[in-house]
Amino acid sequence: MTAIVANSRQERWWNSRTAHRFMNHHLALLGMVMIAVLTLACVLGPYLLPYDSLYIDLRARFAPPFTGHHYLGTDPLGRDLAARLFMAGRVSLLVGFSAMLLSTLIGTLVGVLAGYRGGWIGTTLMRTVDGFLSFPSIFLVLALAAALKPSPMMITVVIAATSWMEVARIVEAEVRSLREREFVQAGRMLGLSGTHIMFREILPNAMGPIIVAATLTVARAILMEAYISFLGYGIQPPLPSWGNMLNGAQQYLGSAPWLAIIPGAAITIAVTSFNFIGDGLRDALDVRGDHT
Amino acid sequence: MRGFLLNRLSQSLVLLLIVSVIGFVVLNLIPGGPLAQFGLDPSMTQDDLNRLKEQLGLNRPLWIQYMDWAWRLVQGDWGHSFRDGAPVLDVIGRHLVATLLLMGSSTVIAIAIGTWIGIRGATHRYSVFDYLATVGAMVALSIPTFWFGLVGIYVFSLRLGWLPAGNMYTIGDGSALNYLHHLIMPSIVLALVHVAIWSRYMRTATLDVISQEFVKTARAKGLSERRILMKHVVGNALLPMITLAGMQLPSVLTGALVTETVFTWPGMGRLFLDSLGYSDYPVVMGLLMFSAILVVLCNLIADIVVAIIDPRIRLS
Repeated sequence: MTAIVANSRQERWWNSRTAHRFMNHHLALLGMVMIAVLTLACVLGPYLLPYDSLYIDLRARFAPPFTGHHYLGTDPLGRDLAARLFMAGRVSLLVGFSAMLLSTLIGTLVGVLAGYRGGWIGTTLMRTVDGFLSFPSIFLVLALAAALKPSPMMITVVIAATSWMEVARIVEAEVRSLREREFVQAGRMLGLSGTHIMFREILPNAMGPIIVAATLTVARAILMEAYISFLGYGIQPPLPSWGNMLNGAQQYLGSAPWLAIIPGAAITIAVTSFNFIGDGLRDALDVRGDHT
Repeated sequence: MRGFLLNRLSQSLVLLLIVSVIGFVVLNLIPGGPLAQFGLDPSMTQDDLNRLKEQLGLNRPLWIQYMDWAWRLVQGDWGHSFRDGAPVLDVIGRHLVATLLLMGSSTVIAIAIGTWIGIRGATHRYSVFDYLATVGAMVALSIPTFWFGLVGIYVFSLRLGWLPAGNMYTIGDGSALNYLHHLIMPSIVLALVHVAIWSRYMRTATLDVISQEFVKTARAKGLSERRILMKHVVGNALLPMITLAGMQLPSVLTGALVTETVFTWPGMGRLFLDSLGYSDYPVVMGLLMFSAILVVLCNLIADIVVAIIDPRIRLS
């Protein structure tokens, strides 16, 4: 079966102009480099450091950063902060990335179905999207996270379950505008099935906005994980995450401010990087967007 | 206008219906359902739980339970707090003012600063200011609100000692100035993200208006740039911002919950977290529904206000 991609943006994506535009976007490049460094540090860091992230040493509690053997200092239990930061990064980045994959999948499915079918199916689906968007996301996430068993997997599912709506809206609008184009009518004329037209003909043409939205969703998912873990309903200790490292840091703010400052800086750097990359992709893929 | 109003009202009613279904589903996803809290009590036997289920009608089909729950919601019977037995709406009412105060002041800050940055960015497009504002907005959107609050407390409360680190007022001192003093840091912390969003949208809206014909006409008439900006551009650019203000409400409420936690501000967000800690599900559910209803209503009001100001919308 040959897909009709005459109108497709697919062949234009990776040609030199798009790549060129992305490479010329300095912030996006900066974001790429920072994410690469962070990921590398989180993957390799724990092997290179002499301390385990869970090794408790009460004689070395509250060591300040940049002094002695603990490069970034220690926490109230004397655990090495650098080791914890890298282990936490693995968890936070993985949760953010998986939540993005899951929510993009849900959002794309809902959006394609609503946009292509239209009618009462489309209306019902898009009204449901509006309904979900009426809730302050953290209220929903916390209510679900408190009720369910808080494993990293469950946190990922809960975050994805409350962040698929933006993608659904973007995909729905895109698919609705493509639905009546000639290449789709040609597909219908050829007797292709609805599923084939939706996912093989229309979807590839809507990939640009989806990729941009997905990148920004990683940023939002990392932030959401940090929020709920900070509030104590996300990733549970002893497994560290950037969010739960900050949980409890407030009471030591006067005596050990690095406990709050360092993990927060890591979150900010990761989220900023993904936002920069998303911005660069939007320019490079020529997606018009009103967000930021 | 009448048709527009009816149309928007019916849309909002449908939305409220969907919101209530989502809320009901969440309530029933909680393992053990609405009686989860009592299942842990050792003096409750399984027989007791079954009897309670029968009494409360929890063994009926789900859709009948939903109708019953929704009907009581409409009548204002939102259940009673597990903690002190007070009606849920009373409990929410006690915390509403603090949250509205925080949200209101931070919205004022966000609109004032965001509008200024947005207009300046649009009139000085591609300038250093515009570039810094763009990058700054993206960074501001990436800073976790609670972390910004913690850094603020560290710098301004612990190091400099200028601002209080938390609470709404000093006990024994209920003066307006004292409230204001406590309000400064939380409202700025909550405003940061919205300054960023507001300035981005304002920049786009201003650029849209500037490129329109009537601005060219105003220039041709020989009006000064300042006069054009003030009389013709800003007013028109602010119009879509009313809709944006309604749309931003859920994210303001999310930020408020986090900010209230960091600054021990006695609002709805703190109430939500405290209630979660106590497994006080009637209050949790009440706040979930209350915030969503608030969002739907504010969006409706925003749309109506825009329609009153702008005849193009209500006539189309």
